Amino acid sequence: ISLVGGVVERPKMQRQVVPGQKGFYPKNKKRSSVPQFTNSPTLIVMVGLPARGKTYISKKLTRYLNWIGVSTKAFNVGEYRREATRSYNSYEFFSPDNTEAMEIRKTCVAAALKDVFTYLTRYQGQVAVFDATNTTPERRQVILSFAKDNGYKVFFVESICDDPEIIAENIKQVKLTSPDYTDCDKEEALVDFLKRIECYQQTYIPLDDDTDRNLSYIKIFNVGSRYLVNKVQDHIQSRIVYYLMNIHVTPRSIYLCRHGESELNLLGRIGGDPGLSHRGTKFASALGDYMRDQSISDLKVWTSHMKRTIQTAEFLGVQYEQWKALNEIDAGVCEEMTYEEIQEHFPEEFALRDQDKYRYRYPKGESYEDLVHRLEPVIMELERQENVLVICHQAAMRCLLAYFLNKSDDELPYLKCPLHTVLKLTPIAYGCKVESVFLNIEAVNTHRDRPELMPTYV
Amino acid sequence: MKHRSPSEQHHGKHPRVGDCVAAASSTAQDGMEDKNASTHRELTQNPLKKIWMPYKNGLPEKHISQRKVCMTNCPTLIVTVGLPARGKTYISKKLTRYLNWIGVPTREFNVGQYRRDFMKIYKSFEFFRPDNEEGLKIRQQCASAALNDVRQYLAEDGGQVAVFDATNTTRERRETIVQFAEQNGFKVFFVESVCEDPDVIQENIVQVKLCSPDYTNCNTDEAVEDFMQRIKCYENSYETLDEVLDRDLSYIKIIDVGQRYLVNRVLDHIQSRIVYYLMNIHITPRSIYLCRHGESELNVKGRIGGDSGLTTRGKQFAKKLAQFIQTQSIVDLKVWTSQMKRTIQTAEALAVPYEQWKALNEIDAGVCEEMMYEEIQESHPLEFALRDQDKYRYRYPKGESYEDLVQRLEPVIMELERQENVLVICHQAVMRCLLAYFLDKSAEELPYLKCPLHTVLKLTPVAYGCKVESISLNVDAVNTHREKPENVNVHRSAADALQTVPPHL
Repeated sequence: ISLVGGVVERPKMQRQVVPGQKGFYPKNKKRSSVPQFTNSPTLIVMVGLPARGKTYISKKLTRYLNWIGVSTKAFNVGEYRREATRSYNSYEFFSPDNTEAMEIRKTCVAAALKDVFTYLTRYQGQVAVFDATNTTPERRQVILSFAKDNGYKVFFVESICDDPEIIAENIKQVKLTSPDYTDCDKEEALVDFLKRIECYQQTYIPLDDDTDRNLSYIKIFNVGSRYLVNKVQDHIQSRIVYYLMNIHVTPRSIYLCRHGESELNLLGRIGGDPGLSHRGTKFASALGDYMRDQSISDLKVWTSHMKRTIQTAEFLGVQYEQWKALNEIDAGVCEEMTYEEIQEHFPEEFALRDQDKYRYRYPKGESYEDLVHRLEPVIMELERQENVLVICHQAAMRCLLAYFLNKSDDELPYLKCPLHTVLKLTPIAYGCKVESVFLNIEAVNTHRDRPELMPTYV
Repeated sequence: MKHRSPSEQHHGKHPRVGDCVAAASSTAQDGMEDKNASTHRELTQNPLKKIWMPYKNGLPEKHISQRKVCMTNCPTLIVTVGLPARGKTYISKKLTRYLNWIGVPTREFNVGQYRRDFMKIYKSFEFFRPDNEEGLKIRQQCASAALNDVRQYLAEDGGQVAVFDATNTTRERRETIVQFAEQNGFKVFFVESVCEDPDVIQENIVQVKLCSPDYTNCNTDEAVEDFMQRIKCYENSYETLDEVLDRDLSYIKIIDVGQRYLVNRVLDHIQSRIVYYLMNIHITPRSIYLCRHGESELNVKGRIGGDSGLTTRGKQFAKKLAQFIQTQSIVDLKVWTSQMKRTIQTAEALAVPYEQWKALNEIDAGVCEEMMYEEIQESHPLEFALRDQDKYRYRYPKGESYEDLVQRLEPVIMELERQENVLVICHQAVMRCLLAYFLDKSAEELPYLKCPLHTVLKLTPVAYGCKVESISLNVDAVNTHREKPENVNVHRSAADALQTVPPHL
């Protein structure tokens, strides 16, 4: 083991057998323990009139891809425009006859594409999401040429919607609060925005079944009641399609909490399969009361296969489903140890973990990175579902929370998920509202903060 | 806002019996009724699967929480749609195989088969002419008989999905099926295959029609001619699923063998999984090579699991494997390994890029890791017996079961479907699971499939199934295959338990 400047080399940390010096990993491979199937970078191109959910989809997709380990970034051309023009006057900026504005808009597209290039080619990002209306074949051709020149695969995501209620709701949720309309009253803003949409409508040509038959794309109709999928080229596009077909916008809440305090929690021991402590059972009971007060229709309750989450669910008196995928992180040889014992028996391991808690894998155990991979079907099903209560464990909950709140690999293992506290997540606008509800039953603190950087040998 | 809400989802008129059992042991399903905490139940751990379940009066309660994920609340009827030779039966069989493998009891009902059983002899395409009154009557009867069996399977025999494989090319026929489903509380999902590429249709006919029982006594040209005429019989009355007229139906339309898909109103988890699966399969000819790592140090000692390296013989195998792959001259071969040393060492000898999948790791034997069977019998005789009683569902303490393995391997299977030529270097239990998927083996057979060391299985999809070639690379190795012993009783003697253990050092 070599300790160079306090940091041990990566390969040992990940517990992968890395063959000598021969680089058998494809280009762009993040040192990840899941296979990477992308060789060329992918450029996802949004298509659609304003208020069709393009930015919502861009941000959500970006969040999902980053969480599963595919480095992704979204580029919103509207933001570039706001930068370039400083202040927004009215919908007239978007009129097809406004030649001056047209020039500015073209420049913004070029600037955004330049940043896409920097991200994909220079920084080895894997996916870039180009978020703009892209409503004409000419504009799309510009992007296709750009992609071709740089060796990127292109996948279009078009959102088509003619339901006036949905569009009105969209405008209300995200447009009226946009920087474009800070100084307007709601009525004025709405009228202006609808005129803005009209500007695009005149020249909008959707992706065509015939002329665009060689392009790879998905067309989403009316927020998901129908999809048209054309020429999926590879694994990542297949995953993107699957994800897009599973998300919805029906209002709902997701409740995340841990099992009640366990016997091993009280002893400061990690892992294992213990039952609840006395306080833990009181929490379970309080959880039942809390959920009843929430008066949720058709609540689904999920637990892991471990006794402590199931015991907790039992107190709710409703059906629940057990997911093995929700089990706590497997600490391998360190199972049921206290941190003091780990320090004593495995001091290097303990130090390695603190250096990269996300990628560190316990000997004969798992890493947070493995956990994320394991939890992906849970996230997919959470996207499909509506109101769900997930009773899980500290590390598992951190991974789920990181997905919903868009936390990085670095932050994820240090997210605070205390016992006896319910996090209520409600999607709004482009993100997630979080309410933290402590159910007033005392419990031990199991959170170990990131230690200060220090030399690592013991 | 008009969106998918619970009330819009299909709820069958007659909920499945299974759904009511759980309800009886808990309060009402919607929301949470008044329930005091003292009625929470004690938990017991099922000794076989190591699953915590509530129990009452010393007996485990039947509880829906035993299933891993609720795929669907009502049984689902998948209905194929399309002209002859569009791959309906291929899709039906493949989908059925996949769903059964992931644990969803599924069966296909091929109306053509009912017709063959009824008619005994096939004369010619004239039987299918739209003006052949008698033919129509018989075909109608066959469809009804098949639907009757579907009802039996889904409502009484514990099936969750039935695949109704027939042309179903008219709106009228489909409407009949929708009504039938509604009466019985089944959800309906249509799978339509649309294809106009004459090459694809020709290839279809050559692969599966010419060897059909209908054409045993014909020569190739006659058969092709007759079959083309048969297709024509359906063409005039064919009403494809329509964007407008059929907008309330749930379906996927597969166009030109997967170039394009139209997906409408996916209602639940199982339909979403079906769509995902159908969008990942292809029919490009290719081969999948499955083998285990070379013989390992722990193999020769008769120990299970662990993360040991290759023996000398194991290394020889790796070299031979490299030579074998060379001679196969495979285009664009992908090589996958697990993250365990022994598979990676094996792949190293091939001197080509490979991908490591944690999902391909050997089954985790938990507390029994690195033990010999003799030691397991000594320290965990009850566990050893339980395993022999139900090897598929049995979970090692702090370890996994074959059932867990299958769940873990599902993304591997999905990616294998997407890929073309792949060599998978894995482990005994893992290889059994993958093989069971390709060869449609049941949960009972799976854990006893023979996957000896130093042997490559070459799987090539052909017609409706898979051709298997077993290639031994002529390097000796220990036998690690333990057959099911006769005596699986928990009180059996050590000798009985160890009867089938293969020899080792």
